[in-house]
Amino acid sequence: MFYREAGQFKTNYVSDSAIFPLRQDRIGLGLIIVAAFALAFLGNDFLLQAVMIPFLVFSLASIGLNILTGYTGLLSLGTGAFMGVGAYACYKLMTAFPGVNVIVWIFVSGFFSAAVGALFGLPSLRIKGFYLAVATLAAQFFLQWCFIRIPWLVNYNVSGALDAPLRTLFGVPIMGPNATPQTRYLLVLSIVILLTWLASNLVHGRIGRMWIAIRDMDLAAELMGIRPLQTKLLAFAVSSYYCGVAGALLVFLWYGGAEYDVFNINQSFFILFMVIIGGLGSLIGSFFGAALIFIMPIVLGLTLPALLSPFGISVGADTIEHLRFMIVGALIIFFLIVEPHGLARLWQIGKQKLLVWPFPY
Amino acid sequence: MRAPDHPVLSKGDVLLAVENVSLGFGGVKALTDVSFDIRKSEIRAIIGPNGAGKTSMLNCINGFYYPTQGRITFKGVKRPKMRPYEAARGGIARTFQNVALFKSMSTLDNIMAGRSIKMRSNFFWQLFRHGPAMKEEVEHRRFVEEIIDFLEIQHIRRTPVGRLPYGLQKRVELGRALAMEPDLLLLDEPMAGMNLEEKEDMSRFILEVNQQYGTTIALIEHDMGVVMDLSDRVVVLEYGRKIADGTPDEVKRDQRVIDAYLGVAH
Repeated sequence: MFYREAGQFKTNYVSDSAIFPLRQDRIGLGLIIVAAFALAFLGNDFLLQAVMIPFLVFSLASIGLNILTGYTGLLSLGTGAFMGVGAYACYKLMTAFPGVNVIVWIFVSGFFSAAVGALFGLPSLRIKGFYLAVATLAAQFFLQWCFIRIPWLVNYNVSGALDAPLRTLFGVPIMGPNATPQTRYLLVLSIVILLTWLASNLVHGRIGRMWIAIRDMDLAAELMGIRPLQTKLLAFAVSSYYCGVAGALLVFLWYGGAEYDVFNINQSFFILFMVIIGGLGSLIGSFFGAALIFIMPIVLGLTLPALLSPFGISVGADTIEHLRFMIVGALIIFFLIVEPHGLARLWQIGKQKLLVWPFPY
Repeated sequence: MRAPDHPVLSKGDVLLAVENVSLGFGGVKALTDVSFDIRKSEIRAIIGPNGAGKTSMLNCINGFYYPTQGRITFKGVKRPKMRPYEAARGGIARTFQNVALFKSMSTLDNIMAGRSIKMRSNFFWQLFRHGPAMKEEVEHRRFVEEIIDFLEIQHIRRTPVGRLPYGLQKRVELGRALAMEPDLLLLDEPMAGMNLEEKEDMSRFILEVNQQYGTTIALIEHDMGVVMDLSDRVVVLEYGRKIADGTPDEVKRDQRVIDAYLGVAH
């Protein structure tokens, strides 16, 4: 009823090509952002540390993979490794130059994974689909091998693990054991919002159209003057940049320290599932996917005992764990059957219906 | 828009010359010793029975194939071996026999994508969608809206092209090719699968493009009525060889063409 296009006239092309042409959408987005920041002060440590920070980190990684797989149509299984490159680069940079603020290094570390991503993206000119996925597996295995075998990457640390050193911003600890979940959450949130905004600008402009052109019909794209190799490599670089930053955030602002096996093939699949369930070729879908795959099991774990107890069923913690996996699995299948294009499409259909509600069309 | 890096051609000059071109795939000869030219601002039809090598010819012209023998001269310069995107940047646009649109994009975005090579703003501005990037976006949007008006597809501006009926998809594809402001426009069966009314519309658009913008057009078409009405000159291929070349009237009377289309009594 309040969600209507009526009366919002576009009188120039700038406003007509706005990313959120509807005023209600802009207000809604503003409210969500305000709420997200307010959560830092309202939520408890568990919510911030165990739910929100990882959710944002996975969303960012999903955006990264979505740019590559969703927008450009290049299937990649190297996400975990590209995240790892970001994390290790960030570690090297901030231990080598402790004087520079760590936030700078988080952003710079993405460039290292962008370069590595572009390198492993070179075969994409010749191979497509599943075969490209297999080629990116090479990146996954090779880079993971590097993480294990090159002690220089962890500064010859005997444990072979990355650990988050204490780093401050204006005297407030933002990284390391003394940083509160609150400050880390605020930092992660700001970075994710900034990068999501940039990604949204990219995919709605010329570059985004070139990516989608390559995905939908690469032959026609090339016959229109779009250089396939450059366009694909750019997608690999940007995608890996996002994954790299997400990897740095994951280790230093969420885990606080990690070993190489965080960046194994399972991580790659995990992100890929988020992208597929959330919706290929949709930024908001990346957030939906991360929410469904990461937050849903947590919510189920917390609510299942309460849901079952009225029926006189009391189950042990291990059974809850099993039930959780079963339910999440069933939900994934359910959503894929209802809408193979992901939650983002469901969201879009819902908004379309709401626009004309209470009429069917 | 583009600074002319080639001699400026006037109407009637040879824009593209195909000289003794042969194309073979292993043992199969798709084209044998074909020569013809396309002159500036004309509508040139390439016709022939199925499998005559018409589409192979177009593929050679826009750089998708490289002729095994012979040469192609475009704007007075012999063409080196090139990738299709280089041909596109040189000013050759094309549409496809089976519509090759970007299905998930809207009509507007499809035609905007056709402007990609005209857009110059760098990655940095693209990231912020401000300054030169936005200015350029609006500038090209204006051009694209002109094409949309011209092709009378305003009502489907926001529709994902995958949902459009076939006739409209063909029209959007023409729009996307026009967005490149090509010197030479290749149309591969622009009327295939259309009903009479759609064919009339498409013919009108082709003629108007040719007359208003002076775009040189080479088209492949099976509908003889359309070909004879639209084109200035016709080249006829059969089994990869050229069997006739001339105005529609000359070609219609040519005995070899009649034989190729109707068959010969043995």
